[in-house]
Amino acid sequence: MKESNIDVEVHHITRVEGHGNINVNIKNGVIEQCEWSIPEAPRFFEAMVVGRSWNELHHITSRICGICSIGHTLASLKATESAMGIPISEQDLKLRKLALHAENLQSHILHLGFLVLPDLMGVGSVIPLASTNLPEVKTVLQLHRTANEMSTLLCGRTTHPQRLIPGGFSKIPSMKELILIRKKLQDSIPSIQAVAELYKSLAGRLPDFKRETEFISLTDPNEYALYDGKLDSSDTGTAPVKEYLAYTNEYIIPQSTAKWAKHTRESYMVGALARLNNNYKNLSPMAQKTAEAFNLQPMCYNPFMNSIAQLVEVVHSVEDSIRLINELEAAGLKPQPDYNKPEIKVKAGNGVGAVEVPRGILFHDYTYNEKGICTKANCIIPTNQNHGNIQLDMKSILPQIIDKPQKEIELTLEMLVRAYDPCISCSTHVVKVNLT
Amino acid sequence: MKPKVAFFDFAGCEGDQLQVANLEEDLLALLGQVEVVSFREVMKEHSDNYDIAFVEGSCTRLQDEDRLKTIRKNAKIVVAIGSCATIGGINSLRNYKDLDTVKKTVYGENAKLFDSYAARAIDAVIPVDAYVHGCPIDKEDFLQVVKALLVGKKPETTTYPVCVECKKNENVCAFERGQFCVGTVTRAGCNSCCVNEGTICWGCRGLVDNPNENSHKEVLIKYGLTVDDAISKFRLYFGWQEAKR
Repeated sequence: MKESNIDVEVHHITRVEGHGNINVNIKNGVIEQCEWSIPEAPRFFEAMVVGRSWNELHHITSRICGICSIGHTLASLKATESAMGIPISEQDLKLRKLALHAENLQSHILHLGFLVLPDLMGVGSVIPLASTNLPEVKTVLQLHRTANEMSTLLCGRTTHPQRLIPGGFSKIPSMKELILIRKKLQDSIPSIQAVAELYKSLAGRLPDFKRETEFISLTDPNEYALYDGKLDSSDTGTAPVKEYLAYTNEYIIPQSTAKWAKHTRESYMVGALARLNNNYKNLSPMAQKTAEAFNLQPMCYNPFMNSIAQLVEVVHSVEDSIRLINELEAAGLKPQPDYNKPEIKVKAGNGVGAVEVPRGILFHDYTYNEKGICTKANCIIPTNQNHGNIQLDMKSILPQIIDKPQKEIELTLEMLVRAYDPCISCSTHVVKVNLT
Repeated sequence: MKPKVAFFDFAGCEGDQLQVANLEEDLLALLGQVEVVSFREVMKEHSDNYDIAFVEGSCTRLQDEDRLKTIRKNAKIVVAIGSCATIGGINSLRNYKDLDTVKKTVYGENAKLFDSYAARAIDAVIPVDAYVHGCPIDKEDFLQVVKALLVGKKPETTTYPVCVECKKNENVCAFERGQFCVGTVTRAGCNSCCVNEGTICWGCRGLVDNPNENSHKEVLIKYGLTVDDAISKFRLYFGWQEAKR
């Protein structure tokens, strides 16, 4: 039955990181308002780091986001290292890639198991599932624990890493510890397959929706680009990371609350689905099989499939981590001094660090003076790059579901926002604009 | 009846609520003891009927004060979790700068549209009953505080500096390694976790009660460091506390 007047006001949408609002107003069957807005408190990190020293920036900017603090730390270190020409050893590079895999695993599992699953199971949170589906919940918790143990091993802890410092690591794990985590990763494969089976049985509940858009990510000819690579757009091809501003083009729109971004079209998408679309051929063999099982092939224009792309990336991160640890073992892990502090020649310069973090491509861009004091900083966060795409998806899907009951409209729109796994607390640019 | 608990966040990174999710199996045990009625990050349901409120993040806007006051009115016990909530944390870095300049640095011409004031700890706005310190909080620390509250006890807070724990852990002193560390004046309870990982204490748990300033000055003199070095490091986390002093 068609309801001619519908007001959907989801204030502070739940099961996402940070605060976002959905405002939809339909009068006599006509859409009068359809808006995605952000009331999160602004945090001004780019101003806060000005005047701070090169060896503190990664510590400060890690605090932009608790969920992807490893990613922020790595993007920050890469920007500083690029500005001062600080080299990284092959071994440290592999250890950093492992740290990034650990975070992607942790974040994706949290999203799939705690934030998206309740929608597909028709409940409000994971809490009731602990009574009705205890084995599945325990599997998710077990995977989450393994990912966290891996973070602790590489970074010294799960959130706001300590061991990652300019030029390398203050402390590295032992080969014995790495072998132990490799065993846990190997043992986690059946659990991941169980989660994949569960998602497979529920995939029919993901809305069948399509809207063509542009996908932006890193890319690398030799591997599924996460830690490093060139910029890649599904519309225009590759470019050096230094040219990121020509891709992100941040702007402020009057009725909303954040800096948004656009490139060739009105909006673009970043994140697991963008990476998968741009870099499918470099996914690990088991990850490709998982994608095939869900019929997820490039180019996929259904944003709800972002969660499935995350599942595929979970498989990839496990497989690739095992490969990296094998390589470290084969090469023999070189020990380093306790309280390691790489010798660094401080100099003036500008550097950009780009890293693929769970929610998409992240940029940190710093300028330092000759004393290594930061004079200018810019951070472009994945979620801000996705706001425009979320808004356009909402506008596009709403006419398709307008005849559904209000509850269903509300749930579909919430599921759409959640599919992007928005991390609004991350968005340093996010602001409140009051206009009448 | 199980006590009802709720989680709220203000300006922060939500890393402390993540530590609660990171309790994993212990979280299931905790859920047997309390009823979570509001936790926006992980659940859709919300209720204003709760006994214990956990608050993460700093207060950075006038409009947030009303929300905090409502939480205070609804809750029997308010617990600040994480540095941003307990001491103002890293957010107070910007308190040393002219707010208009800060806004313009980030938002340019549109700066006037954004509403914000000096970042502050939660107890600058409402009375707080208990604190879980750290950036991020330690899971065990959180559980200890919750356990104490559930049996009606006041949670204990350490009153000695990180140096004590660091010595016990037999770390090589950061000053001896040529680095600047604020473990001399920072509240312990973290088991000197950052120094154990090969770095320094950054001060995330805030100034200890009655910090021994004279002894800290001696350390500065011994290692040829200046007051400016100290002030710069103190600003990372102590901004709001220092302003209060």
